[in-house]
Amino acid sequence: MILLKLAYHSLLNRKFTTGLTVLSIALSVSLLLGVEKIRLGARDSFNNTISQTDLIVGPRTGSIQLLLYAVFHMGEATNNIAYDSYLHFKNHPSTEWTIPYSLGDSHRNYRVVATDLNFYEHYHYRLNRGIEFTAGKSADGIFDVVLGSEVAEKLHYSLGQEITLTHGASEGGMEHADRPFHVVGVLKKTATPIDRSLYITLEGMEAIHIDWQSGAPPLPGFETPISRITKDKIKITQITAFLLRTKSRVQALYLQREIDEFSGEPLLAVMPGVALSQLWQGISYAEDGLRLVSAFVVVSGLLGMLIALYTSLNERRREMAILRAVGARPSHVLVLLVLESGLITWAGAFIGTLSVYLLLLIAQPLIENEFGLFLPVRALSETEYLYLGVLMLLGPVLGLIPAWKAYRNALADGLTIRV
Amino acid sequence: MNSSPSRELAVDIENLRHRYASGPLVLHIPKLEVARGERVFLFGPSGSGKTTLLGLLAGVLPPQEGTIRVLGQNLSALSPSDRDSFRGNHLGYIFQMFNLLPYLSVKDNIRLSVDLSPKRRARLPACEKALTALAASLGIEGLLDRSVTELSVGQQQRVAVARALLGSPELIVADEPTSSLDYDHRGRFLELLFAECRKTNATVLFVSHDRQLESLFDRCVSLKEINRA
Repeated sequence: MILLKLAYHSLLNRKFTTGLTVLSIALSVSLLLGVEKIRLGARDSFNNTISQTDLIVGPRTGSIQLLLYAVFHMGEATNNIAYDSYLHFKNHPSTEWTIPYSLGDSHRNYRVVATDLNFYEHYHYRLNRGIEFTAGKSADGIFDVVLGSEVAEKLHYSLGQEITLTHGASEGGMEHADRPFHVVGVLKKTATPIDRSLYITLEGMEAIHIDWQSGAPPLPGFETPISRITKDKIKITQITAFLLRTKSRVQALYLQREIDEFSGEPLLAVMPGVALSQLWQGISYAEDGLRLVSAFVVVSGLLGMLIALYTSLNERRREMAILRAVGARPSHVLVLLVLESGLITWAGAFIGTLSVYLLLLIAQPLIENEFGLFLPVRALSETEYLYLGVLMLLGPVLGLIPAWKAYRNALADGLTIRV
Repeated sequence: MNSSPSRELAVDIENLRHRYASGPLVLHIPKLEVARGERVFLFGPSGSGKTTLLGLLAGVLPPQEGTIRVLGQNLSALSPSDRDSFRGNHLGYIFQMFNLLPYLSVKDNIRLSVDLSPKRRARLPACEKALTALAASLGIEGLLDRSVTELSVGQQQRVAVARALLGSPELIVADEPTSSLDYDHRGRFLELLFAECRKTNATVLFVSHDRQLESLFDRCVSLKEINRA
């Protein structure tokens, strides 16, 4: 106990270096925990890109590929599915709702997604957040388009604007210049791929491809005039994929199997949660790198402490001689130094943890707005406890190095003071 | 440690020899006896083997050859950590200067000897009371809660005496404690030290290279003369 008191007062006596050392360890702890919080937040955001959807259904491909183009609108669909197959499952007794997607066009590198009104009504992300508008309404007319928030913001588009779509997923494709669309709505920021997409109707998608034959545009002069394109004249024959919600979750498994074994055409149904975590595992090496960096920062913080303690030893030889004179053993000196490194690390861990939470509370809305990353304020996770535990143990263990030096000094100096 | 005459001796040295590593012999004392309660002035100019003798007496140096008994205890028979405990329990040590830990209050500095030695603590049931009384008789009772950095050198040395004496150790070893004081203060310092030691019949071994104070002691021993090395 007396040694703990000595360690404490001795550290206080060297306020400046002790303060700096504690600060550097606190910083490294904040970084370590901060990275962990962001990692968890990113994973949560990712896994919550889509919710309340039980199955994603598309032509038979890899489940990750299906997820990529159906949810993230990345990559190309290799096949489409027949609209009849879609209707079959849309009207299935287990089905509560479906959201059809038809992909393939783009606008200035932003993907165009053709869907129907179900999308605006039923699409959810992060548990129960739905689609909301900052302006306008859902796309219902053939040449209506609704913009994701980023599209509207980056391209400075507003309601009523006339835009043309590009055939294919990137710029450089054929321009559907003859069939312009009108912006009728702008969506609220969701921090999901929705922000980077444009939404039109399924009929709109068909309309801009009317007269196209085997992927080639109609010859000039042979296009059907816009005025003659009406919804009832358009027949939708195929879509790219659809999202499906069952009436009860238990049915999802049965329905998945039924879809996979559908006799009409080869289909694939994946559960978004499963596919999302598969995909996340694939890209999680990046977070390992981030973790490694923060681990190094922690190590450098501890090394800073080592250096500070080690260099202080010479000027503290008198202190040690006084302690020896009143009966302290060299091992007491050793314990004293280990306690000092322990106190520094523990204080650093405590302050670091505290400041992470403080920062989280302050910066949470800011981060959500700026980066679309929602960082929940949660108690320390098991991993985080493990990190802190290892650190709090590592501090005193590393403290053995200056402690050993002090021990040797104490043995050699005895009661004489060499400065 | 039975009925041998050393029981009455505070220090009993016979044929003590010491060398560092394989260096030359630095200390060889055929005989040195200090009786209990005696106040001995040990004249030790630099190079006389003073540091070595003090290290051996205090038990921080392991005895090599010959015997050294302190308060009847043969130090060779003790392990290094037992010698440390022995020092803490039975010795009061006063340095030339800078006796105090700058980060503890005056009171905590005085208590340090007791706090680090459980046995010494056990001998002192009313530690707080004893400390206050001791401080009062040394004239430092008003300084107890001060920081040591606010004290004059003379005050610091008196605090050092208080620490050395708290818990009534049998032997006080003082290594030139007055060299940092001016002449007037030296006399006053010694008077206080002796007065306190008389109360507990503590033996005083006072080491100095300044013979001016010699006359105040019961006996003077010249280390140069007794050291044959």
